[in-house]
Amino acid sequence: MIETHLRRRRSEGRSLLVPYVTGGIRADWIDYLTAYARAGADAIEIGLPFSDPILDGPVIQEASGRALRRGVTVRGLLDEVAAVRIDVPLIAMTYYNLVVHRGAADFCRDLAAAGIHGLIVPDLPIDESASLAEAAAAAGVDLTLLAAPTTSAERLAEIAAASRGFVYAVSTMGTTGAQFAASGGRLAADLRQLTDRPVLLAFGVATPDDALTAVQSADGVVIGAALMRRVLEGGTPDELGATVAGLRKALDLDAGRLPDGARP
Amino acid sequence: MTEVALPRPATGVTRPAAGVMSDPGSSGRFGEYGGRYVPESLIPACAELEEAFRDAWADPRFRRDLDRLLAVHAGRPTALTPAWRLSEELGINLLLKREDLAHTGSHKINNVLGQALLAKRMGKTRLLAETGAGQHGVATATAAALLGLDATVFMGEVDIERQALNVFRMKMLGAEVIPVTSGTRTLKDSTSEALRHWVTCVDEAHYCLGSVMGPHPYPWMVRELQRVVGDEARRQCAAELSTGTPDYVVACIGGGSNAAGTFAGFADTGAQLVGVEAEGGAAVAFGQVGVLHGFRSYLLQDENGQVTEAHSIAAGLDYPGIGPEHAHLRDTGRARYVTVGDAEVIPALQRLARTEGILCALESAHAIAWVIRAAESGELPPWSTVLVTLSGRGDKDMATLMEAS
Repeated sequence: MIETHLRRRRSEGRSLLVPYVTGGIRADWIDYLTAYARAGADAIEIGLPFSDPILDGPVIQEASGRALRRGVTVRGLLDEVAAVRIDVPLIAMTYYNLVVHRGAADFCRDLAAAGIHGLIVPDLPIDESASLAEAAAAAGVDLTLLAAPTTSAERLAEIAAASRGFVYAVSTMGTTGAQFAASGGRLAADLRQLTDRPVLLAFGVATPDDALTAVQSADGVVIGAALMRRVLEGGTPDELGATVAGLRKALDLDAGRLPDGARP
Repeated sequence: MTEVALPRPATGVTRPAAGVMSDPGSSGRFGEYGGRYVPESLIPACAELEEAFRDAWADPRFRRDLDRLLAVHAGRPTALTPAWRLSEELGINLLLKREDLAHTGSHKINNVLGQALLAKRMGKTRLLAETGAGQHGVATATAAALLGLDATVFMGEVDIERQALNVFRMKMLGAEVIPVTSGTRTLKDSTSEALRHWVTCVDEAHYCLGSVMGPHPYPWMVRELQRVVGDEARRQCAAELSTGTPDYVVACIGGGSNAAGTFAGFADTGAQLVGVEAEGGAAVAFGQVGVLHGFRSYLLQDENGQVTEAHSIAAGLDYPGIGPEHAHLRDTGRARYVTVGDAEVIPALQRLARTEGILCALESAHAIAWVIRAAESGELPPWSTVLVTLSGRGDKDMATLMEAS
């Protein structure tokens, strides 16, 4: 479902833009979803906060901690999401313990019931993913796998084949919010050799320039920490929407400069 | 929920060996526990480590080098001490495996010397470590100094305050101590931070994890590096006891490395294995199955699946999880797990000190406290033989004891 949508958007010549928000970061956090959607997001990633986010840098750690201190729960966040209509696909990003705690099948059914049809679990490598992949498929949820700059060619092929929705290419050997790195470009290019599934670059994409660099080799970008830093500083849904609109515009102008079908 | 793990070894599939506490094979599973739940970025490093450890562990030269370091640097073998006066009082035959006599003051040195030697063999130049009370940090700093490696130790801000002396010891040994300010600022968060940092420097750094936890191969590798405790104790018991093996083998458990090492020496005997958890950190008693820091096991968590903090008077037992092999030993009934509260620990520590002249660590005193309780309640048959591993010495705990008295 996520994949069909992203493929369609890509076929229209768009570079894909997937902004992130930590669920429950503020009482009005749902408004970030509507603002992102209005600003031209192709999908939106919602972080379901976990106490021990081992692949997140300081910004998303702080955002997760703040949300948890507000008392948010997965159940409560999903209820809030279920109550609104967002016009772009939603993807949950969380750590595996929250899935195990609920049970994989129930967890995936809960997501789908709330209208979330994608799932990213950064501490679940492909080797351990079989049971969740099965539960996700049964619930109509795309389980997206991550690839890293150190992933071997053999594993890249397996990840590209098993990932659903898109392939999440981690640009750099670091945590979310790290410096954007050239290694990501090579990884995205390698992945695009292996699959025609959309390949999105993530980690460290902060500015329109980063995004433009990323889409030279990838189908699009995920932007998380750079947005959440602004949210932590008090950035409102409207202000963050404007930021996403700026990214959208930069990507669209860039795409417009190229003749049809000539995307590198 | 059952997990289907696809074996993905670095070189060829290795299958679990038959028998209790044997090689978990390339999936790193102990029953349904263990595994390798880390970000993709760390998978190659874990696979490289597994391959390197399998290779080294099968290499007689590596084993000889390690045995020599354990002897000339760590002071092994450690003594097996009959606790004569306390035995008399309790009406049992109590033997103490004296890891408190090992260099740096605890069993932690066994694991660290092995991993540091392995890191060197792998061409790494730096050791990363997490530490709670600071014992593993000090041991890592020690091994790094001995082998000419750099050491970076992650320690929660709260623990840095509580354990100023160990922080200074690490610095004296040339290690860099990085304060961890995230989350609860204790062991759980220093482990997360060490993993995050490892992602950025996998090429030159080895993550020297301190207990039988973490992603495969750590739980198995650390147990193998600690089994010297159990193997020595088994030989010493055979010389000391007419029955050859003790009736009970008891050790305290935080992550569970001294217990795993001890149990490994007796897994194939008739000895009853008993792990003693701190009541405030009792993952087996009060936890649910979960995944944290790369492995699946019992884990303290709230009703929403958020990991909760452990609270114990013994900082070394302040970890919300338990090594995956212990979870499996519990499920299969090969070992049992009991809890002891803070209130029983200090009297037990004092009683051992005053009857045997041994001031053990608060962690180790949990094991003594359970033995005293079980002997006095009649749970231990009269004159049964009980082996307790004293995981460490109590010097680090004097400030805590002064506050408590």
